[in-house]
This record gives sequence, C-alpha cells and structure tokens, in this order.
Amino acid sequence: MSALPSHKPARVWPLIVAVAFAAASLTTLVLIENQKLLGLTLAGIAALCFAAARFGGVAATEAAASENPWLLRGLVLIAAMAVLFVLRDDNFGLLMVATVLIYATVCIGLTIQMGYTGLTNFAAAAFVGTGGYTAAMLGQKGGLPDIVVLISGGLIAVFIGSLLILPVLRTRGHYAALTTLAFGVMFTVFLDANELLGGPQGLKIPGINLFGWDFSDDLHIAGYTFSFYVNYVILTGAVTALTMVLTGLLDRSWIGVWLDVVRLDETAASVFGLKVGRWKVLAFTLGNFLAGLMGAIYAKMTGFIAPSNFTFGDSLVMVSIVILGGIGNRWGVLPAALIVVLLPEKLQFIQEYRLLLYALVVIVILVVQPDGLVARRVRTLRMEARS
Amino acid sequence: MGTIGQHLLNGMMQGTIYGLVAMGFTIFFGVMNVIKFSHGDVLTVGAFAALVAVWATSALGMPVYVQFIAAFIAAMILTAVVGAGISHFLIMPLRNAPPLNMLLMTMMVGTLLREAIRLFFPNGTNPQRFPELLPAGGFSLGRSFFRFDALILIVAGVASIGVVYWIINRTKFGLAMRAVAEDVETARTMGINFARVIPLTFALGSLTAGFAGTIYGLYYSEINYGMGLLLAVIGFTAAIVGGLGNIWGAIIGGYLFAGLQTLVVAAMPSMSDYKNVFAFVLIIVLITWRPTGLLAERGSERV
Repeated sequence: MSALPSHKPARVWPLIVAVAFAAASLTTLVLIENQKLLGLTLAGIAALCFAAARFGGVAATEAAASENPWLLRGLVLIAAMAVLFVLRDDNFGLLMVATVLIYATVCIGLTIQMGYTGLTNFAAAAFVGTGGYTAAMLGQKGGLPDIVVLISGGLIAVFIGSLLILPVLRTRGHYAALTTLAFGVMFTVFLDANELLGGPQGLKIPGINLFGWDFSDDLHIAGYTFSFYVNYVILTGAVTALTMVLTGLLDRSWIGVWLDVVRLDETAASVFGLKVGRWKVLAFTLGNFLAGLMGAIYAKMTGFIAPSNFTFGDSLVMVSIVILGGIGNRWGVLPAALIVVLLPEKLQFIQEYRLLLYALVVIVILVVQPDGLVARRVRTLRMEARS
Repeated sequence: MGTIGQHLLNGMMQGTIYGLVAMGFTIFFGVMNVIKFSHGDVLTVGAFAALVAVWATSALGMPVYVQFIAAFIAAMILTAVVGAGISHFLIMPLRNAPPLNMLLMTMMVGTLLREAIRLFFPNGTNPQRFPELLPAGGFSLGRSFFRFDALILIVAGVASIGVVYWIINRTKFGLAMRAVAEDVETARTMGINFARVIPLTFALGSLTAGFAGTIYGLYYSEINYGMGLLLAVIGFTAAIVGGLGNIWGAIIGGYLFAGLQTLVVAAMPSMSDYKNVFAFVLIIVLITWRPTGLLAERGSERV
C-alpha cells in the first residue's frame, strides 16, 4: 500500500520551526512586562503567522504534522520542557500558563459540544464551577486522595449535566439553548444564596497532593530550583495534551463523522439510522467532564473560589474563545485561550474593559467572518492507491 | 392572611414587567426568527435614559408630572433607536447565519451595552437610586396595604400591553408586520417594504422594553447596570413557555413566572433567596414536558 503517485513525503523542518516559534512566542509573551514592547511583539507574531499562511508555511506544517504525529508529540514535549526551564522561577508567569491551559482544555470540551455536535452550551463556567466546588467540599471533608477528588469534580459536573440532558434532548434550537442559559445564570444566584457553600465569600481549598507528590513544594532538579507552580503547569499541560490527542482520535474516528452529521442535519442523521440522542449525550458528557475536571484543578491551584469566578459572563468568554479559534477547530483554541487569558493580565489598562472588548471582537468576527478566525477544515478523504 | 394582598400586588407588578419583556422577545422571534438576547440590556439602557431625563427635568425645576412623562418618553425614544440600530446593523446582515451565531451575537451586544453602562455612566458600577415620582401613600383593604404607585404602574403596564396588541392586530403597520412574519417573500411581492418594516418592528419591541425599564425603576426605586441580564433570561423563558412567536403565550408566560416566584416567597419565606432558582427548575421541567411551549408554535418543519 503506497500513497498516490504524486505524493511525496512532507519535509519535516517546517514542523520543527513552527513548534519552536510557538514556544518562543509563548515564553516572550509571558515574560514581557513593558506594554509597548508587548504590543510590538504581538504585531510581529501576527505578521509572521500571516506570512506563514500566505507562503504555504502553514500547509507545510500541517502536512508534516499529519504524517509524523509522534515527531509532533516529541517536539511539543521538548518545547514544553524548554519553556518550563526558562520560566522556572516566574510564579506569576507559570500561574498564567496553567490558567491558559485550563481554559484551553475546557474550550476543547466546548468544541466537542458546540463545534462537533452542534449542542449549545452557555453554562461552561457553571460546569467548571461545579468541579471547583466539588473539590472544595471534598477537600474540607478530607480523607480522600486528591486523584479521586479531581476525578469526582468531573463526575459531579457530568451528573449535574445529566439532569439537564433530558430537556436538552427533548427540545431543539432556541428552546434547548434556554436550558443551559438558565442553568448558567442560576448557578451564581444559587451559590450566592447558599451559606453551606460559603455564600458570596467563597471557599478556601488546600493544594494538590498526588501519590505523595506535594504540589506546594518547589522542585529541585540538577541544581536548579523550579517554582511550585511548575507542578500545576505539568499537570494541566499533561491533561491538555491528553485531551488534544484523544479529541483528535475522536474527530478522526467514525464517531467524529457521526457527530458532524448530527450537527449538520439531525433529520438526515436519524434517517440513516444514527441514534441522534446517544451522540448528543456522549458529546455533552465529555465536554462537561472536562469542564468539571479542570474546575477542580483550578480550584486547587488558586486555593480559593467564589461565585464571581463562574458567572454567565465567564461562560460567554469561553464561548468567545471557541469562536475566536474557529468553531470546531481544536488547534485554534490554544492561541485563542492564550490571547484571551494573557492580554488582560498583561495590559492593565484593558483589564477593566476586558468584557467590553471581547464582546466587540466577537461581534466583529461574527459579522465579518462567521466561521471564526481560523475556520475548521472540511473533512477530506485521502484516497490511498492500492497497487 | 394579610400578606396575601401584598404578594398578589407584587406578583402582578413583576408579571407585568416580565410580560412586557417576553412580548418583545416573541415579536422579534415571530418576525425574524431570531432571539434578540440583548433585549434585557436594552431595557437597562431605557431605565438609565429615564433616570437621566428625570435628573435633567428636575434640575430645570419642572413639575413632577413632567419629570414622570419625560422619563417614559426618553426611555422609549432611546430604546427604539437602539433597537432599530441593532436590527439594521447587526441582525439584518446575519439573518441567514446559523441561529447559534445570531444568539451569540445578540448576547455579545447585550454584554456590550451592559459593560458600556457600567464603565461610562458616572459611578455606573454601583446601583443608582431612582427618584420616587409617584404619590407615596396607599390604602388598606382588610389587613393588606396597597401602594398607589404599584397600582398606577400595573395599570400603565397592562395598558401598554393592550396598546401593543392593538398595534399588531388592528393597524396597517401591524398587518405588514404579521405578513412579514408569515412569509417574507410573499409579503414583499405584495408591496410591503421589508427594509422599513423590520427596523420599525424592532423599534416597537424595544420601546416596550424602555417602558418596562422605567416602570422597574419607578417601582423598585433602584436600577443597576446588570439588572437586564436576569430580566432577559426570565423574559426569554416566559416567551419560550408561552411558545415563541405567540403574543398571548408570552404574556401568560410572564405572569406564570412571576406567579411561581411569588408562590415560593409566600410558601417558604426562608427560601426567598432561591425564588429564581425554583422558578427556573419548574420552567425547565415544564419545557421538558411540553418542548414547544404551552401554546404550541404553529407550522411544521421543512426538511
């Protein structure tokens, strides 16, 4: 079995350059303090990306990545280690990287729900909050190993989601949107009123301790000291990487095709014998599990959660990330999450205007480029010539 | 038993506000098949416009009844302009986009309005006191006390619902609106100016929100930048429960939601912080049972 006659193996170097470029951009953006310099760097990165897209660099990178998945994974691992080494004692920078990874993973879950299956979910922040509060309550009780606590965060989010699944399945379109919308808005109302869950003041949570690996200790490796936040970056990075790989496999499997059919035409899907409800439940569950899991990690990392962390506005920010990255494009989520989380932290003067700016940007994107910044590719079927 | 009258009056007031908001949702949906989620924040814009009008007229030393009228007029004019603007510049260009995009876009427009009020209105982050323009007294009936202002506002609200209903069902413009709602292409071949009917419809729907916002300010004596979000969710819910596109359904939905809230407060006073949570749970159960609303939406799906 060989490829089409005209098909030559893709060159590898564009992939290496792309990964190195991504790692360098990430590190620079996290390290820069000067606001003017940050603006210039961003413009430079945008110009380079645009040029790469214009002159076929992106296509070459994609070809190399799809032919050498293990090379890609190895390169990403090396790049991640390099970034961690450079940022090893920058507490704030590492916290931001971990936060970006948490947002990115939640938004990959949202991509499965909204991008692949076409389910609306306007309560992502509420599911994240469910995970966070689960971790807080289990942490207060104590006695459970943290791995169980984190997984329970995801499972409780799935459970709460399963209470909503019946109305989501029975209703369609706007009627279905109402269900998650109401849940997303009610979540904070409920928490504010509930004294048991700390009310508006929120709850404190101890850090993570996985199998004796205490996340609040600094790491000492080969004479270098790494800030304890490195632990969280490693954990969130590992979860994000695993999620990316598994979501990629899901998308490339038959299930991915079925989810597409469910999104594009429910009636046709059921005509062809697909159990529409089953695939919706699957997508909804997967997304909510990711949200709950990341919420538990987030709560443990920041050590404190309050209802104001999980408002309807935050759910909209997460949907904005999905839109910004191109609806259904899981790679686009990563830079989108980076921009959305990092910029307001770095540019103090826009912190206050954050939501206003996101709203404006999303409106402009929806009017000008309805598929999102980097649109998802239409599936292509590569014909393998058999000789 | 004395509080029953109080609860009844309060519930009627809330139901009137919810009904007005839900009516806007259902009008937009009927004509354009869109959910304009920014509707609640347009209401907030109206309430703040009313506040500014009251400030301005009282600074000029005008009598109270002029302030009262100025509040309503300012709110309705501004919301009509904002509503027509949103429809012309944002909803019309996107009308062939997927419904999700449209819903998201209007949510973002709502966020934009909300944040703009918070950031650019003087001291906008904090709640604003709305001046009391209506006579303060009231009368007792049995053991319950009825506030005059509440009665006046309920009458005004119900009357405005009636006026909108009359415009839709008895005027030529209403006929054009209903024709567009039925079938855009046919309406256009019959000589209806589509490009004019749509913004006017949005202006009409939005000015009811401005009216409701002013009533809200006068009744609760306090407005804040975020009040529109919850009202939008409730109004949307009420419109859904009644069946989207159905005016009577929306009004019934509004009073039903207020009734459920009031019932929770009356039956379990200790749980009154959760009144919205309970009401939403019941509503979600309701739409699970009747997925297209109590009064079912007409028509079938084209495949």
